[in-house]
Amino acid sequence: MTAATQCFHCDEAIPAGVDISVRLGGESRPVCCAGCKAAAEFIRDAGLSDYYRFRDAPAPRPEALPDDAWVTYDRPEIQARLVATTGAHSSINLLLEGVRCSACTWLIERRLERVAGVVDVAVNPATGRGRVEWQAGEARLSTLLRTIQGLGYRPHVLGVTDTLEVAVRERRQALKRLFIAGLGMMQVLMFAVAMYAGAFEGMDPFLRRFLRLVSMIVATPVLVYSGRPFLEGAWRNLRARQLGMDVPVAIALVLAYGASTLNTFLGRGEVYFDSVTMFVFLLLLGRFAEMSARHQAGSTSDALLRLQPVSATRLRGSTSERVPVADLAVGDRVLVPAGETFPVDGLLAEGRSTADESLLTGESAPVEKQAGDSVIGGSVNVGQPVRMTVTAVGHDTVLAAVVRLLERAQTERPGIARLADRWASWFVALVLLAAAVVAGAWLVVDPPGAFEATLAVLVVTCPCALSLATPTAITASTAALARGGLLITRADALEALAQATRVVVDKTGTLTVGHPEVVGCERLGTVAPGQCLAIAAALEQSSAHPIARAFRTVPGPLPHASGVSVHPWRGVEGRVDGRPTRIGRRDFVAEICPTRELPDAGLYLGREGEWLAAIGITDPLQPGAVQAVRRLAELGLPTEIASGDHPAAVAAVAAATGVARHHSRLAPEDKVELVRRLEHQGESVVMIGDGVNDAPVLAAANVSIAMGAGASLAQTSADAVLMGQDLRAVPGAIEVARRTVAVIRQNLAWAAAYNLAALPLAAFGLIPPWAAAIGMSASSLLVVANALRLRFRPPPDRLRVDAPPATALA
Amino acid sequence: MSILYVLIPLGLVLVAAAAWAFFWAVGNGQFDDLETPGWSVLIDEDKTGEEDAEEEEHERP
Repeated sequence: MTAATQCFHCDEAIPAGVDISVRLGGESRPVCCAGCKAAAEFIRDAGLSDYYRFRDAPAPRPEALPDDAWVTYDRPEIQARLVATTGAHSSINLLLEGVRCSACTWLIERRLERVAGVVDVAVNPATGRGRVEWQAGEARLSTLLRTIQGLGYRPHVLGVTDTLEVAVRERRQALKRLFIAGLGMMQVLMFAVAMYAGAFEGMDPFLRRFLRLVSMIVATPVLVYSGRPFLEGAWRNLRARQLGMDVPVAIALVLAYGASTLNTFLGRGEVYFDSVTMFVFLLLLGRFAEMSARHQAGSTSDALLRLQPVSATRLRGSTSERVPVADLAVGDRVLVPAGETFPVDGLLAEGRSTADESLLTGESAPVEKQAGDSVIGGSVNVGQPVRMTVTAVGHDTVLAAVVRLLERAQTERPGIARLADRWASWFVALVLLAAAVVAGAWLVVDPPGAFEATLAVLVVTCPCALSLATPTAITASTAALARGGLLITRADALEALAQATRVVVDKTGTLTVGHPEVVGCERLGTVAPGQCLAIAAALEQSSAHPIARAFRTVPGPLPHASGVSVHPWRGVEGRVDGRPTRIGRRDFVAEICPTRELPDAGLYLGREGEWLAAIGITDPLQPGAVQAVRRLAELGLPTEIASGDHPAAVAAVAAATGVARHHSRLAPEDKVELVRRLEHQGESVVMIGDGVNDAPVLAAANVSIAMGAGASLAQTSADAVLMGQDLRAVPGAIEVARRTVAVIRQNLAWAAAYNLAALPLAAFGLIPPWAAAIGMSASSLLVVANALRLRFRPPPDRLRVDAPPATALA
Repeated sequence: MSILYVLIPLGLVLVAAAAWAFFWAVGNGQFDDLETPGWSVLIDEDKTGEEDAEEEEHERP
């Protein structure tokens, strides 16, 4: 089947002097290079030699990438770092070079879905990122990657390749194409002006033929080199029996160029080299703008990925050694010098310092850390050198979870985008049909004008704008929100946020910080306040109630408490120094103490026959909670508090934040019931809560925002995660979401209106091909530019001075 | 007007030269970063490799 002078694998001619061969099926087959040899041997060794018998096209020549390059990805130690496994499913994030439009997405998704074991494939054409999920053990990662490569795209597993390098290469390629198209367009237009002038003033026919020939020479590289993405895209579409937006573009380009070339050589009719070059240039300009937006959005998660340093200083006994971060294990002790990045998640073992977590939380102020505090891998140690104990590495780190969530949002395509894609596909079919009808009608009525009118229809109605309208807007606003500290993890979240009519928040840990503090101890009896606190701490020692945490900071030595029993919602009782002692609510302590006038406080301490102290407890409000509630109200979203805490505490927080409606003592089921009831009344509910404890109610709400606290992040199912503690990001996000949806609507409306208006004009021959090229490209550029406005969101209002934290009784 | 038969091919040669020059510049990374080089002239504290190395020494206790 293959001639001996051609490579057995890639079917290219074997260069003179090369003598490499591969043993296959008992025969020696000549190949052209070591790459082909390796590839052929890999296929043979995998028992897939039949490939060579049944293939109907030569294999792509594995230039830089021999086929077995992907096999490395099947090694468990590599997969451990790249593949996320949840239950029986494994998933991986990819950057796909060469993905340019929805049709590419469609092709890759359909092809991969046919691979046995693959559960889900999502590719976002705007970001060029994809996510593949498969049954662990059913499909091999290398198979998936090779399948993608076979389609003509180059997959890059995120985390292994420097994605920046890919972006640079893509940008350089695009710049060159754009330059050739622009330069060629200018030359051809210059000649076109001369020829138009010649048509009026009279021109030597030989000179005219000469100018046409020169125009053709200049237009050829523009079509072949600059226009290649469109031609290739269309070819791919046709092979996949799919109608993408490249198809009408390519048909128009080839028709116009072909007819012009023919007319040049025959010396008759019109030439359209000016339209061809202009069309290519303007289309490329639109794609270049979209590509730049994609790279900038991608740079957010790339920046996060790059946060993690490559090496760290591990301490072994008294010696220290520099090791790759990948070699760190849970329990290792690591030295982090000042100014360096914490390599992985861990607990501060020694020393105190401040950490800059701004890239993860959007919070610009450094956070104080002392021994025992947890630090996040990727944050920067800006204070003193410290030692830390590793608690999580690799995929379990907060950083990895953040990047995964961000990528999930970027690869998922919201409902509105899927709808637009389906439309675009139908639209292309409609365009081709319309072009055929127009061509037929003109041929009957006025044959000489048929060609131009058909060309104009094909060019002017290219649905590029329709396809770019949504993904560009979503990408731009997701990136803007991530910079502000709110991580959108589901693509539909933006749409849902924009439609929200009511906000339900959890109290503890959401509106308030969640760590109660002792703010005062008023002496009521004979015992000194310090001793009172020690007694209280002794009683609370064994209690799991959040309030008990407030007493952990009380300095020892603590008196001995025996027979401690906890009375839910009331307090704690025990014997201290042999006397029955109670701490808790006023009525609870009053049962063993004489009646008397008491100051207002959160907790009371007393022992048989004697009041000891009134202890002030506060759970400080989150910074910005008051402003957030006020701003939400301004946006038309009333806030409600749904808390499991007792009424007095909830009422106090409600009063402090200005929330009118509050519900207390709700079990998780009650919260779900509350949200369901609100939704039943036609409200669209945003639920803000703790990612783990409020998981059921978060799942029930139309859109959920989880407070991103460390380890819980990895398991969150919320639609969005608030990375910092600043609730003001929530009203900010709702504004951005509303603007995003507005921009998408504008874009879709514009694209539809433009196409509907231009189609009849072009059909009646009122638009010459060059004007059609300008109109169509201007439409796409307008849509992209409109979406990019979302990036220029004013930064969240963090500079305003916070109201002093209101005291809430707990 | 027969001079056009000389000037236009000459123009094409110039265009080809411009294209070549641009390709060289792109390949050379001249267009990869259009912002930083503009700022770099304003940053006058040039550090030598030795100074950097010294600083690293200080950071490591």
